[in-house]
Amino acid sequence: MLEADGLAAFRGERLVFEKLRFSVPAGGAMLLVGPNGSGKSTLLRLLAGLVRPMAGGLRWHGEDTLADLQLHATRVSYLGHQDAIKPGLSVMENLRFWGEPAAIAAALEAVDLARLADLPARMLSAGQKRRLAVSRLALSAAPIWLLDEPTLGLDVKAVARFGALLATHRNRGGLVIAATHLPLPLQGAVEFALA
Amino acid sequence: MIRLLIREMRLSVRHGGDTIAAVLFFVLVTALFPLAIGPAPETLGRIAPGVIWVAALLAALLPLDRLLGADLEDGSLDLLLLSGLHPAAIAAGKAAAHWLVTGLPLLVAAAPLALMLRLPEEAIPALLAGLLAGTLALSLLGTAAAALVLGARRGGVLMPLLILPLAAPVLIFGVAAADAASGGMTPRPHLLLLGAFLAGTVPLALGAAGAALRGAAE
Repeated sequence: MLEADGLAAFRGERLVFEKLRFSVPAGGAMLLVGPNGSGKSTLLRLLAGLVRPMAGGLRWHGEDTLADLQLHATRVSYLGHQDAIKPGLSVMENLRFWGEPAAIAAALEAVDLARLADLPARMLSAGQKRRLAVSRLALSAAPIWLLDEPTLGLDVKAVARFGALLATHRNRGGLVIAATHLPLPLQGAVEFALA
Repeated sequence: MIRLLIREMRLSVRHGGDTIAAVLFFVLVTALFPLAIGPAPETLGRIAPGVIWVAALLAALLPLDRLLGADLEDGSLDLLLLSGLHPAAIAAGKAAAHWLVTGLPLLVAAAPLALMLRLPEEAIPALLAGLLAGTLALSLLGTAAAALVLGARRGGVLMPLLILPLAAPVLIFGVAAADAASGGMTPRPHLLLLGAFLAGTVPLALGAAGAALRGAAE
């Protein structure tokens, strides 16, 4: 259970949002919707603990997450709008920091990149790079998934695979918060509108 | 942190050109001095420690631009900060990688270059001992400066301005150690001061770099 109470954030000099209040239960999903610049990405970064809120609190199972950002980081798996892929490393090597070879092979299988495992990442297409970034989620055991436009550039088949990944995560009691303009394969997600 | 170091080393090997560039710069700059000043052994031997130290200092700055900048641009920095590592530990991993890829090769190249410049042989151990502590301190200071200028426009220009004044004590005691040894005196006090400077740099630079990394992600 992730609870936000009265969250507010600035971006530079501008107040992006204030008095945000929501809660997402274990196994739940929340879709952040709103026009460009409404603060969806800022909110995701705030929930990850990368940005500090100007006001308000964030609690995970009643515990203040901002008190120990390092501990909070272990609960979070964040997929930003950048893919964070090193073109010089192979597909496999890009994931080596995040897991053991056996787990990586399984994660690559989950996004259908297993046969490209030894290819340098610079040879991948934009959609394949996105899939590689998505595979990092499959490697993590963190209960909170924060996704920023996760399906941008993915084809229909990849989106379906991604849906399966999300369903598995939620069945294990994980929760998903995603910012998107595209329809996501998330059953029963609550929409949260940012002005 | 070991994993971070392995990742950094793997990246350095793949980007081999960038890695070798710093050492080649060091060798070439040092080799320019005999051409510019003339081959007189007594003059060259006299200025050799200073030449090697200044060239090493400047060469160590070269790879700092990409040390953290690339990670900020492609989003890796966010993920590193969310990997559960303390930001100072990330900085320590980066500094260690910078030393292994730049500082250590500079150290290896320094001995033949010192001989080429006719530095008296008895001064070479003092020069290398000084460079060992000095390159470590430079990697730490450099990582802190690279973290501080993250996201700044023209950060690459700002960075040397931040590092060079802080590195002045390293240069002074490093050169003094080699000078003392070539003059037949003991380099011990200078090396001890260098060691003390390094010991102070470890917590200060890593703390500053860690805080700057957090700030850069915001």
